[in-house]
Amino acid sequence: MKRLSWFNIVALTLGFAFLYIPMLILIVYSFNASKLVTVWAGFSTRWYGELLRNEAFLDAAWVTLRVGVFSSTIATVLGTMAAFVMVRAGRFYGRTLFSGMIYAPLVMPEVITGLSLLLLFIAVGLERGVITIVLAHATFSMCYVSVVVSSRLATFDESLEQAALDLGCTPWDAFKSVTLPIIAPAVIAGWLLAFTLSLDDLVIASFTAGPSATTLPIKIFSSVRLGVSPEINALSTIIIGIVTVGVISASLISKRAIVRQRQDEQAAVG
Amino acid sequence: MTSSLDDTAFAPWKKADAVPLIRFEGVTKRYGDFTAIDNIDLNIYEREFFALLGPSGCGKTTLMRMLAGFEDASEGAITIAGQNMKGVPPNRRAVNMMFQSYALFPHLTVYDNIAFGLKRSDMPKSEIAGRVEEMLRLVQLGKFARRKPHQISGGQRQRVALARALAKGPKLLLLDEPLGALDKKLRQQTQFELMDIQEKTGTTFVIVTHDQEEAMTVASRIAVMDHGRLVQVDTPDRIYEAPNSVYVADFVGDIDIIRGHVAAVDGDIAEIVWAEGKPPLRGTAAPGLSAGGPGALAIRPEKITISKDDPGAVHNKVRGKVEDIAYLGSMSTYVVLLPDGVRLKCQMANVRRISRRGIAWEDDVWLSWTDTAGIVLPE
Amino acid sequence: MLARRVLIGVPYLWLLVLFLVPFGIVLKIALSDYALSIPPYTPTMDFSQGWSGVKRFFAALDLENFWFLSEDDLYWKAYLSSLRIALISTFLTLLAGFPIAYAMARAPQEWRPALMMLVILPFWTSFLIRVYAWMGILSNEGFLNQALMGLGVIGTPLTLLNTDIAVYIGIVYTYLPFMILPVYATLERMDESLLEAAEDLGCSRLSAFWSVTFPLARPGMVAGCFLVFIPALGEFVIPSLLGGSGTLMIGKVLWEEFFANRDWPVASAVAIVLLLLLIVPIILFQRNEQKQREANR
Repeated sequence: MKRLSWFNIVALTLGFAFLYIPMLILIVYSFNASKLVTVWAGFSTRWYGELLRNEAFLDAAWVTLRVGVFSSTIATVLGTMAAFVMVRAGRFYGRTLFSGMIYAPLVMPEVITGLSLLLLFIAVGLERGVITIVLAHATFSMCYVSVVVSSRLATFDESLEQAALDLGCTPWDAFKSVTLPIIAPAVIAGWLLAFTLSLDDLVIASFTAGPSATTLPIKIFSSVRLGVSPEINALSTIIIGIVTVGVISASLISKRAIVRQRQDEQAAVG
Repeated sequence: MTSSLDDTAFAPWKKADAVPLIRFEGVTKRYGDFTAIDNIDLNIYEREFFALLGPSGCGKTTLMRMLAGFEDASEGAITIAGQNMKGVPPNRRAVNMMFQSYALFPHLTVYDNIAFGLKRSDMPKSEIAGRVEEMLRLVQLGKFARRKPHQISGGQRQRVALARALAKGPKLLLLDEPLGALDKKLRQQTQFELMDIQEKTGTTFVIVTHDQEEAMTVASRIAVMDHGRLVQVDTPDRIYEAPNSVYVADFVGDIDIIRGHVAAVDGDIAEIVWAEGKPPLRGTAAPGLSAGGPGALAIRPEKITISKDDPGAVHNKVRGKVEDIAYLGSMSTYVVLLPDGVRLKCQMANVRRISRRGIAWEDDVWLSWTDTAGIVLPE
Repeated sequence: MLARRVLIGVPYLWLLVLFLVPFGIVLKIALSDYALSIPPYTPTMDFSQGWSGVKRFFAALDLENFWFLSEDDLYWKAYLSSLRIALISTFLTLLAGFPIAYAMARAPQEWRPALMMLVILPFWTSFLIRVYAWMGILSNEGFLNQALMGLGVIGTPLTLLNTDIAVYIGIVYTYLPFMILPVYATLERMDESLLEAAEDLGCSRLSAFWSVTFPLARPGMVAGCFLVFIPALGEFVIPSLLGGSGTLMIGKVLWEEFFANRDWPVASAVAIVLLLLLIVPIILFQRNEQKQREANR
């Protein structure tokens, strides 16, 4: 085994320090007793308490969760369909336009996506609220889902589906009992990505949300514009904590599955 | 010429009144401008073990996928057991397939893989378990029923795929390069198992392979294909001993080809002129061969005798120089260069120890063979 | 065949209605005039007047808003400064990201998944929060100034927050994973015996790096640069939280034009020009990806 050179050690240390110190400061100072965020005045969980009593934040969190669940579910269904179209449908009329519309939202500045959707909603007279945010989020995150699912589909052995047909399945039955269970990890990953994107989005939500629906990012943004606040630090810490636990446990689960599969394969050969 | 098969043996294709299970009539398959299958007529009979043999891209897989229902013929008709299969989807056919990749469902156990088709048939639930057990016994995998496909070895996966395809008791089983993923030893052993299972179940097997040895071992008849056409359909021994073209002769096994001009055809024996000033060579005449055209003498290397001394009064003898010797253990292959540039391979069993054989590089040797050992083919 | 039609039709229709049509609306409004009404622009399509209404509608469209953009140097400056900020911060991200990616690719095999994880983790955490974290660090009484003054490096606090420098830092920080991942992917794939061969043929360590590693990592660096540059150009959150009133970025201008000035036609025109600006790098990016895919085949 080779050792890391001092250059590489310095690069990794500085790099990860740069990535993580700002977040660590945020977390540490969320337990600060003082209202002044940059002066340490002792340990306290006071801001967490205040946060939990803040109705506006709780409402916004509730709206955000609902929007996230609905939009990512719609995005997963549409994105999976789109992935099948991209990988399996072969040629059809308007295919170039279709793939253009799938990839464009990935590189489109959020301000433009948000603006254009808002203008659409106004043009058709749709009242802005939770529904419009859900539609907007579903639209841009379905493209991400379709990228994730189609990269899985591209390596999918189509003879599995043919075997299912050969053994008496109807096409829909084959999809349900063979294809879907096998691509499920990619579909779930797509859903999680869509959900995260939705929870995270400020710009598109700001354009498409009406006065009746405020999401957490909108709420955070309007309050941090006025400066740093310990309540926001506490909220950030909670969010960072949830994401960290989620991402690490997801990767441990998938890693364990891979390790087990490898062991099984070795056992089968031996 | 007489067939080496006994007349009482299984040979339904010889009986005028036998009704074929599968009938291809003028079947053509095109993909755009490309013709994958070119006007094929073929009958396959019940209980046959039929091999489609050819290099990749010859159309053998397309032909098989048409039987499974994954492709439709562009022209012509395919009938199975008297029913025209046009437009019948794969899930409505009493045909099952064993896929080249095995296509075992990775999320299901061995048991559930085998039960998969049964659950989608009209078999009562109470009988499914019994049928799966029966299939597990047939392929000797009873112990592995609860394992997932990635938890068993390659050979075991192959047997699961076979059991799954046979579980519904199909009239016809299609096998797409079934042994391609196995190593050589396992492959040979599995070939015999396949034949055994085919005999036990009485199912008609159609196998696609590019491995001529495999086709020769397992099949009752072989169809050699090239560019979407059937070149020869015959029993393995006839394909080997009496190929109808240089293509078949060359594809199946090792062969020496001496090209020339057909000088005379006299009953079963033909003469071919192959070099100026040399006596013509003799061989069995291929059916329909006539004198006067270009032809080729095809002869298997193991039918040629090599010697340092003049073999005497044989008709077919040529002189040359040993260019290469490959020692293969049980036999040796000699490559002999004739004065006019023709190279012939000759195989001799090593019944004596090396030191006593006395043929070395650069030696002048005689090659000889009998009048009926080779076959003269039109070109 | 019905199933196929549904499969293609549903996502197609969804994207047409919620992606392409809105786009057409932006274009249309960009060609309309500002009006003190609801909605705040004219003309609106009036189908009740039949064909003449449609004709009048098209006759009323013009490029006036685009002329306005080109005359008012606020917009020129905003476009140019967006380009400048995006370019500089892309370059800085490359400088910061390359050594990290390089060190990751040289790290022992069993560390790499954990290091990857550490790079990806911030990507899943809220973008807004990561930008916000720097507000507390960069402000006059923030942690950075406290640390520097505590070390005696400076006597008076530096003004960092609400400057372009803060915007650079913000972009580098939030987009760093986008740079590290593609560069790491190309470096990790690289066969180490290539470096040994280069040294065997007489290269020093450093010249082996410049003549072998660096060119081989180029596709990854190019991909990373596009992945940072494209979103940075239209960035809104970073300049509005970390930038000052003097920081002009087009995303911010669009936002203010829309929400503060309520001038929809001009906001739409700004969006169209931003998009035109992005088309070239997007096409270049796609071509780079295509080339990579073919090379990997």
